[in-house]
Amino acid sequence: MFGNLDLSVLQKLWWIIDSLVGSLFLFLTFVQGGQTLLWQLGKTPVEKSLMINSLGRKWELTFTTLVLFGGALLAAFPKFYATSFGGAYWVWILILFTFVIQAVSYEFRKKPGNLLGEKVYEVFLFINGSVGILLIGAAVGTFFTGSNFSLNEYNLVSWTNPLRGLEAAFSLFNLSLGLFLVFNARILGGMYLVNNIDFTGYADFEARTRKWVLINLLCALPFLLYVLISLVVMDGFGVDPATGVVSLVSGKYLSNLLAMPLVLILLLLGLILVIWGVISTAFTARRNGIWFGGVGTVLVGLVVFFIASFNHTAFYPSKAYLQSSLTIHNASSSHYTLTAMTYVALFVPLVLAYIAYVWRLMDTQKISAAEVTGKEADEMY
Amino acid sequence: MVEQMDLTMVNWARAQFAMTAMYHWVFVPLTLGLSFLIAFYESIYVKTGNEQWKRIAKFWMTLFGINFAIGVATGIILEFEFGTNWSNYSWMVGDIFGAPLAVEGIVAFFLEATFFAVMFFGWERVSKKFHLFSTWMVAVGSNLSALWILVANGWMQFPTGMIFNPDTARFEMQNFWAVLFSPVAISKFTHTTSSGFLYASLFVITISSWYLLKGKHVQMARKSILVAAVFGLLSSGYVVFTGDEAAYNDAHRQPMKLAAFEGLWEGQKGAGLVAAGIANPSKQLNDDKPPFLFEIRIPGMLSLMANRTPGSFVPGIKDLVYGNEAENIKGVEEKMRRGKLAVEQLALYKKAKREGATPTAESALARFDQNKAYLGFGYLQSPEEAVPPVSTVFYAFHIMVILGGFFLLLFLLFLVFALKNSLAQQKWLLFLGAISVFLGFMAGQCGWIVAEVGRQPWAIQNLLPVSVARSNLTAGAVQTTFFMFLTIFTILLVAEIGIMLRQIKIGPEGE
Ligand code: HEM
Repeated sequence: MFGNLDLSVLQKLWWIIDSLVGSLFLFLTFVQGGQTLLWQLGKTPVEKSLMINSLGRKWELTFTTLVLFGGALLAAFPKFYATSFGGAYWVWILILFTFVIQAVSYEFRKKPGNLLGEKVYEVFLFINGSVGILLIGAAVGTFFTGSNFSLNEYNLVSWTNPLRGLEAAFSLFNLSLGLFLVFNARILGGMYLVNNIDFTGYADFEARTRKWVLINLLCALPFLLYVLISLVVMDGFGVDPATGVVSLVSGKYLSNLLAMPLVLILLLLGLILVIWGVISTAFTARRNGIWFGGVGTVLVGLVVFFIASFNHTAFYPSKAYLQSSLTIHNASSSHYTLTAMTYVALFVPLVLAYIAYVWRLMDTQKISAAEVTGKEADEMY
Repeated sequence: MVEQMDLTMVNWARAQFAMTAMYHWVFVPLTLGLSFLIAFYESIYVKTGNEQWKRIAKFWMTLFGINFAIGVATGIILEFEFGTNWSNYSWMVGDIFGAPLAVEGIVAFFLEATFFAVMFFGWERVSKKFHLFSTWMVAVGSNLSALWILVANGWMQFPTGMIFNPDTARFEMQNFWAVLFSPVAISKFTHTTSSGFLYASLFVITISSWYLLKGKHVQMARKSILVAAVFGLLSSGYVVFTGDEAAYNDAHRQPMKLAAFEGLWEGQKGAGLVAAGIANPSKQLNDDKPPFLFEIRIPGMLSLMANRTPGSFVPGIKDLVYGNEAENIKGVEEKMRRGKLAVEQLALYKKAKREGATPTAESALARFDQNKAYLGFGYLQSPEEAVPPVSTVFYAFHIMVILGGFFLLLFLLFLVFALKNSLAQQKWLLFLGAISVFLGFMAGQCGWIVAEVGRQPWAIQNLLPVSVARSNLTAGAVQTTFFMFLTIFTILLVAEIGIMLRQIKIGPEGE
């Protein structure tokens, strides 16, 4: 069945799948966002405990999605994996580092004998939620601003900037995208907590959480605007479909948006959903803002990945050697492998279904103060 | 490619991978086995309704959770180290590993991650049956998660189901099933996961023995031991069986590894198996010194293990390096000559193709195809380079195997005395039990040393040496991250041990 599809169709399909995983990850960064809110919102040990336990039941899902994202990129676009990880060394190492320290923090934070003490593990969580997400944003930004590498005939990468990827964080565009993601994660984090915690007897805590969702949106907006305006005016890395030659094209990303009206609609819809999520959380008593914010984030994420790659665009451009730039067509796995993977991907709906089922099963009863302080308290995070 | 080689960077990258993998292997085998043990304990609880089994399951679950977190932390580094330190390798194999990785990511990872939360926090939220189901799913998911990486490892030891594409300069998959069901992949998966079951059974026995020695939590300890002894006994039998299978595979696909871990310098018909020995430290490839200062040999056994026929010929290190015409074995020198031809012709092909010289390109490609099976040898500097560190793998292999026999006996004794209800009186056995997890840890680490040091210098057997598999990085960068990870992993390990010891001291609730 899938074996009959053209290679270029499979490449597009896998770019869409990878984009979806990446965008779902962005939604799931509500965990990271929540981690950065720990001190702002949790004024008492019980409040903190509520937050940590609420987030702690989801951190693995986010983590696993990130791992899957890396794996899916290796699987479908190995040249990107090899070029970016082997080249932009320091950004990736630092990102990974922040996830290593996250992975133990929930489990270790409260346990007696944990060597570093509760505070340090909370700082770990904060670093993961701030530095980690910021750098991920900067790395994604290089899809548009380009990197400094060349590939030889054997596809070996040489990085031409001694900072080896960290230079990405010094571009205003990349930095703005990173900061936007940090604030967006905090928006989502707040909305998730509003949805997940039983605030009975903690009205102040609830009000504070709702208020900060709005404040974080206000913080995110300038960065979002900067990113959007830059995208509209900046030069992009276009590929000549006939010759495969890469060149700088003015207004490339704007023309991508206009050439793919569906993507433009996704962008507008995504932004409206996020904003509605925030408004309904901040100004009404509703608890379901996270779903609007989450879906909105996924849509905006998809737009970012799509305009970077579709419509004859190089998604991982090299500004040092334009012709080394990666496109979804020159960076992908073979027809055979993409076909085999597509069969495996048929399991995805099943996986999504049981995740949703378990999520509902576990979350219909909200986390309450009684639960985190009751007789089972020593089993909590 | 070769001119740019920076050997110190390669060595730092190898050290970093080894260090991360060894840390990872402190925690992961425990996850693999303990998840099943917990599922057994909980199954008994659900079946009998006896609350004590629930407390037992919960106690081991607490330790499982502490261990799990740090396994995840070391695992993510391994996944991405392929890209950061070994980017050339990643490019060359990405097409092969894609599909198994997709299976694992989609089918296994999320089972584990989703049901983990139910297992820990779902006691009051879901039904008893669904909770049990979740616990089983965590066990199945975590073991399936080991699949792709072991399939990938198996492929590196025995590349199959693929073709080298000269245009893209990488290996491309031709047959998914051949990769997934390669005999090496299967023996990797079975031997490795069952060694994890064994290790986890020892973990339970160690802590429970300590309780019995102290006279604490006696009921719970005895029950825990009973189940762990059965599981451990079955697993160790299986470990021996699959280990034998692995050795047979080595004889046919990686004969140099077998010769090295057996310390067999000169090939023999009816070769004996060294059961134990002291390797001669001054032994060199080109001298006639005896390979052992002392040895106990089981006659004919190695031939039997390697070829399933007594009296058959098993090649030694010298046969493999210098060749042996009588046995039709090509020497490394000859393979290097052909490998260099392959490398040259590949370069010529690429150049001709770029310049549009089609006939030259075609003839270069034809000659490349004749020699491509030796591609990796083209990058070696000397034939001796094809020999792994012999005594390291020799000792590692023998420690693993001897411990394998010891564990079999240990589980048997624990089972017998547990059934007779007289464990508490067997102080000597409890003492052995109380240290056994450290031996299990040692056996597992030794296993990986055999598998990985034993295949040097290859990243992909015969096709890609580690020196060419690397990223284009300075030694300093890799050195820095080496110490960065060493520091954080060590801190986390100390923290984990501290927490574990505290939890063990606290013991199961209400016991
Ligand atoms: C008693 C008989 C045993 C035999 C004959 C045996 C044999 C082997 C062989 C030949 C290898 C290398 C496979 C390769 O070529 O890569 C290996 C690897 C390994 N062994 Fe064993 N082994 C035994 C017992 C054990 C025990 C008791 C443990 C641990 C508790 C263990 C854990 C491992 C591990 C973790 C590896 C590396 C992974 C792999 O290659 O499968 N083995 N074993």
